[in-house]
Amino acid sequence: MKKLLTGNEAIALGAWEYGVRFATAYPGTPSTETLENVAQYKEITSQWAVNEKVAFEVAAGAAMAGARTLVAMKHVGVNVAADPLFTMSYIGSNGGFVLMSADDPGMHSSQNEQDNRRYAKFSKIPLLEPADSQEAKDMVGTALDISEEYDTPVMLRTTTRISHSKSLVEYGQRQERELKEYERDPTKNVMMPAYARPKHIVVEERIEKLKEYAENTELNFVDWNNKDIGVITSGITYQYVKEALPEVSVLKLGFSYPMPEKKIRDFASKVKKLYIVEELDPFIEETVKSWGIDCTGKEIFSMLGEYTPAMIKEAILGIKAEEKEAYSAAIRPPVLCPGCPHRGVFYVLKKIRANVTGDIGCYTLGALPPLESMHTTLCMGASIGTALGMEKANPDLAKETVAVIGDSTFMHSGLTGVVDMLYNKGTGTIMVLDNSITAMTGHQHNPTTGYTLGMEETHVVDIEAVVKAMGVKRVFSIDPFELKDLEKLLKEEMATRELSVIVVKRPCALIIKPDPVRTYVDHDVCIGCKACMRVGCPAITFEDKKSNINDALCVSCGVCQSVCPVGAIKREE
Amino acid sequence: MRSQNIILAGVGGQGTILASKVLADVAMLEGYDVKISEIHGMAQRGGSVITHVKFAEKVNSPLIENGQADYIIAFELLEALRRLHFLKDDGEIIVNEQRIDPMTVITGKAEYPEGILQKLEEKSKLKSMAALDMAKELGNVRVVNIIMLGYLASKMDIKLENWHQAMRNQIKERFIDLNLKAFELGYNIK
Repeated sequence: MKKLLTGNEAIALGAWEYGVRFATAYPGTPSTETLENVAQYKEITSQWAVNEKVAFEVAAGAAMAGARTLVAMKHVGVNVAADPLFTMSYIGSNGGFVLMSADDPGMHSSQNEQDNRRYAKFSKIPLLEPADSQEAKDMVGTALDISEEYDTPVMLRTTTRISHSKSLVEYGQRQERELKEYERDPTKNVMMPAYARPKHIVVEERIEKLKEYAENTELNFVDWNNKDIGVITSGITYQYVKEALPEVSVLKLGFSYPMPEKKIRDFASKVKKLYIVEELDPFIEETVKSWGIDCTGKEIFSMLGEYTPAMIKEAILGIKAEEKEAYSAAIRPPVLCPGCPHRGVFYVLKKIRANVTGDIGCYTLGALPPLESMHTTLCMGASIGTALGMEKANPDLAKETVAVIGDSTFMHSGLTGVVDMLYNKGTGTIMVLDNSITAMTGHQHNPTTGYTLGMEETHVVDIEAVVKAMGVKRVFSIDPFELKDLEKLLKEEMATRELSVIVVKRPCALIIKPDPVRTYVDHDVCIGCKACMRVGCPAITFEDKKSNINDALCVSCGVCQSVCPVGAIKREE
Repeated sequence: MRSQNIILAGVGGQGTILASKVLADVAMLEGYDVKISEIHGMAQRGGSVITHVKFAEKVNSPLIENGQADYIIAFELLEALRRLHFLKDDGEIIVNEQRIDPMTVITGKAEYPEGILQKLEEKSKLKSMAALDMAKELGNVRVVNIIMLGYLASKMDIKLENWHQAMRNQIKERFIDLNLKAFELGYNIK
């Protein structure tokens, strides 16, 4: 039976079929649905982790204990998990251990477009790159086998177009795998200098063995065609090359680290002109060139964004496709939803002209017009440290700076920032936007929501109690739609020369039922002052010098009503 | 087998992804190789959304290129204009006559183009419909996507029973009757 699956769904299916017993992840586009789909298989114990580092460590423990294990994250998540990754490479696996890294060329939903293939090489673990959903599923099995045979973690690297494209996948049966035996062996699992030095030798020997594997595996294959042009490629670009250049010969690397030198030399020697086609970094190209093989890659291809078949055809054949001109229509950037609790927060922050150090989540949209009230965003959890650094550089900034961070992000990596601020006597103001869910990635639960991945009730981490226990004395809770109260509290706390934490509580508008009462603009009262336009709500438009509310979008949250100076915005009785 | 490239375009929250799922499902039932590409995450928050659906005997790239779409279904006027360059010379664009102002227009940084339907008609074969009003009459604004899919179905050489099956496969049971009605409404538009 075949079904149409995204790459993420296929990887989840692969985990089930190939005997994975434990899986964990922290949500991050484009990786999120992998674990969400694993959760449907009762044979696999699966759970959200608080962040990617913890996810990797929990997964490492499961693999050490002998279970076939999958851990999934987005590309920047691997930065967070990098510390255990590099040393797990020395420890190896025991139960098969697969790290799924979902990269985001084109930055559809990310803060950078780093190429995580470099992590595989950097940490000296094998790298597999699927080119469609069937391969994504199959490669989970191959990766687990390699992991167990060579005692190594394995990286399975997708990109957005693999993770979020659907293609047909053949279903199979689950192959149950018993736990492998766990031995208490410090020489294997305790990485202190005395035990790590011999393991480094093992790692270098392992790479040599894996080079042999790369020569012989069917994951690295040649589609022979006309030999005037040869292309080496991997991942989604293989599909683009096949579409753009059906007549050329292609060496596809499904197993792309360590690379098969003999196979590549052989291919290179048989074609007249060799090209390397890969999105982002010249990962394959650098290695091939280091062997003295003449090839063309980034001389004619971009390091930026995603490729297309037309781009490849033009670069290699010099044939420019006849392109229709695109209208330069008004752009439509993403916006905070109607009824979003963050709207009130950013409206007030803008009004009081706060300097806002921001974080990663839906609320990063507070940086866009018309709210434009986020002034830095670096990475998960950075809002708090950034605010402290600004204060240390220029104490005057403390009075105008607010760190803004979401509930899930606060759990992910905000807690340590608060401790650092306390320890180093920071006097800043931290606002935790608690919308009771991890919203941007599609509404996953987290330690503050009271539910697990499998929707079982669980312990709720109380943010206020936690920061109080750390020693923060000025802790407050407030509704973001009480704009006047919020403004007053913020002004007071920013002026106070002591650390404050304000927990702003209101659930995401998409997880609650909209208020059934209709909100409308009374055009007899409206003076056309546009005050309501400044809250940046997509449901409000302005025509013929009056505001209008779009019923199809409005959820009657009341924020525009509370900023209208003349009471023109009304609720139907 | 006739290969088909279909673009679905809209604003985040308009049901673009569900429509593409039904479309892909029906292609599969007809025995085609199918690929879909969609974007999740930040772009979905009220931003421009585009989904590519391709089916043929064998599909490589999941993305449709400039000038290669047989059909574009656009759930919003500005999004229709934004994606028009994907359409083949003899392709057809099916448009919902709904205007949703982007934030750039709301804040006065950009203008919402006037006369979009006229612009579309000059450049392509156009079918426009007030799908939002039709959906409201059915009692649920969320079925705009299925009404428009119904119209597309009337243009394609695919068995009606497979369309019904695809909807049953992709839509939650408690919404299926409503969506079947919406589909029929669209299918019968002349």
